[in-house]
Amino acid sequence: MIRRLILCMTVSVLLLLAVAPLAAQEEFVFGVILVGPESDHGWSQAHFEAGHYVEASIPGARMVFFPSLNPADAPETTLHDVVQNMVDEGAQVVFTTSDAFEEDTATVAAAFPDVTFINVSGDDVLTGEAPPNVGNVMGQIEWMKLVAGCAAGLTTETGNIGYLGPLINGETRRLAASAYLGARFCYELDGGNPEDLTFTVTWIGFWFNIPGVTLDPTAETNTFFDSGADVVISGIDTPEVIQIAAQRAANGENVFAVPYDYREACAQGPEVCLGVPFFNWGPDYVRIVQLVQSGGWMPSWDWQEPDWSDINNPDTSAVGFLPGDALGENADTLNQFIADLAGYATNPFVPDSFALWSGPLSLQDGAELAAQGQLVEILDVWYLPQLLDGMVGASE
Amino acid sequence: MSQPKTIRVLFVLLSIGASLLATSVLVLLVGENPIEVFGHIWQGAFRNSEATAGVFNFWIPLALCSMGLIITFTAGLWNIGVEGQIVAGALAASWAARTFVLPNEIQIPLELLLATAGGALWGLLIGILKIRFGVHEIFGGVGLNAIISVYSIYLIAGPWQPPEGGSAQATQPFSDYALLHPMSSQFPVSLFTLILTFAAIIAVYLLLRGTRWGLQLKATGKNAKSALLLGVPTTRTTLTALMACGMLAGVAGAYRVLFTYDSLRPNVSGGIGFLGLLLVLLTGMNALWTPIVAFIFAAILSGSTRLRVSLQLDSSLAGVLQGILVLSMLLFNGLRQRLFERRRASAAPPASPLDVQPLVSDSKAASGE
Repeated sequence: MIRRLILCMTVSVLLLLAVAPLAAQEEFVFGVILVGPESDHGWSQAHFEAGHYVEASIPGARMVFFPSLNPADAPETTLHDVVQNMVDEGAQVVFTTSDAFEEDTATVAAAFPDVTFINVSGDDVLTGEAPPNVGNVMGQIEWMKLVAGCAAGLTTETGNIGYLGPLINGETRRLAASAYLGARFCYELDGGNPEDLTFTVTWIGFWFNIPGVTLDPTAETNTFFDSGADVVISGIDTPEVIQIAAQRAANGENVFAVPYDYREACAQGPEVCLGVPFFNWGPDYVRIVQLVQSGGWMPSWDWQEPDWSDINNPDTSAVGFLPGDALGENADTLNQFIADLAGYATNPFVPDSFALWSGPLSLQDGAELAAQGQLVEILDVWYLPQLLDGMVGASE
Repeated sequence: MSQPKTIRVLFVLLSIGASLLATSVLVLLVGENPIEVFGHIWQGAFRNSEATAGVFNFWIPLALCSMGLIITFTAGLWNIGVEGQIVAGALAASWAARTFVLPNEIQIPLELLLATAGGALWGLLIGILKIRFGVHEIFGGVGLNAIISVYSIYLIAGPWQPPEGGSAQATQPFSDYALLHPMSSQFPVSLFTLILTFAAIIAVYLLLRGTRWGLQLKATGKNAKSALLLGVPTTRTTLTALMACGMLAGVAGAYRVLFTYDSLRPNVSGGIGFLGLLLVLLTGMNALWTPIVAFIFAAILSGSTRLRVSLQLDSSLAGVLQGILVLSMLLFNGLRQRLFERRRASAAPPASPLDVQPLVSDSKAASGE
């Protein structure tokens, strides 16, 4: 009996010893580097939660992350140092989740040729400047900015919409312009004259507030409302717009907000929230990690469309729009607008383009972007050089 | 009657022990093992030569700023504007890096020279505001910090934006000939700047200890009015102190753009100047202690990167540790002084490194009026 017991124990121990390394081998470490805090209710949190989605979707996947990597919050470290730490932890894929990291990603990737780097929102692969171990990914949030603009256009009673932008570049210009096109279209749909619509863009200078460096998003949101806007659309990574709108609504004002980036952003003020265009990075993160695991990853520039069969599907859609409680009776019109966008995007006879990005369209300086009936090429949207004619605000 | 050296060292050790204890309690409260946390900070800072290089790369600008601040504090000046002086140096170095195309051996000294000039100019402005217009150096410094910070962002997003378009994130990376080069891939630190930093430490030590200017700084700092009556040129001393600090801060700024980032970035100073202020207050303006404590701070901060990556613990814990360390050292220093004051029969004891606190000089006396 004792001999049998000893035998059983020995076999168990041997089995454990044999299985333990196998289990350890299954671990796959990936890094996520955030430009802001992981709980910003915006851009960085969306990436952070995508990391958790990967952990939940791929057995053995483990995230290591570093928040707020920027000279103001972490002056003592650099992208190279953080990546070195992640590689020491065993990271095989590193997501650098800001265009602020674009240049450094290319440099650091050259120093770590065995690690795959994914820079989110950059275009180094498209321009051919990226090392072979760098890929780019971005969601086609332009569609959802059209929807955001539409929600604002349907709701505004003063005909005055504010757009709080971060810094000025091609990405931020095209997102503001998409919101403008959506607002203009739906304002007219609701019986307004689009020529009467005021759409003002204020750039704060960065993706989030840096005291003493950027304009204060709280103050700028208040300025919008004080100057007659009743809807403010956020283009920044943090939730000041919806927070201010909620405070003012609590004081009896009839104001609304459209936050940005993060699926749960409306929770900051559901009574004023018209909806939120959001990124859903999880499915793409999973796809990329699986490709790296299988050895099938190749560098690519991916500008991912929504899943038009269900734009809010957390397992399939790269971007989405969650309508807010404050939409009220406009919810049906907005849903129809989304359905029309889906019809446009999935129509095999329509060339690759964004809806409403069709002529006649001019840039702010009067230069023609698209003639009557002409569609704007999607790369011309990507590299939009100015705001559109009719928008108020700086293009450069 | 001076305090025995052993007592002073004992109190320093006590303060370090108390801060470690307090931090350990905090770490336990968040459910982590303090030994593991301190181990990770150590690992993060010194696990290999590359990690240690990271410590040096943060130490170099921190030490330069701190040595500069010793000069201004000695002259009784609260040089809050040191942050702006770092940015001014960074801007000047960036301008040179973008403008000149020269061999690296000529380009680098030129860039550093311009960086010192930029920092000195920004320091001089604070002095002029103080002396000619009666603007206290704290307010002048804060204002000038904001101006230069906004101007740097304007340059990054505007005239100096990359050819593919401005993103307000950074300028185009500077060309290789314009950059400081690492001494090796195993220890990526600029040897030239490292030597320059050690030279600055020795120079400040000697200047304050054995020169007429050092004496004038001390006299102005202790009592500007009396110093003026005794013939000390307080105006010149104030201006030169701010310029000297600006020069060192300018080199720190140059290091940030020519080595750390390879380009100009918003917020390039990153609060290093403010950390330097804290350090110098902590060490009582001691020119030998300051670079050592700066190295400890640099190690804690650099090591904390690993805390986040390995333990997924908030890296601000390192900031908490640093804050507790500062508070603890100040607290124990105060306790030590109080203890000895009771035992003193008369007169103040000679200054020890941790005793001396800067005096804010009277602006009229500093201006020589």
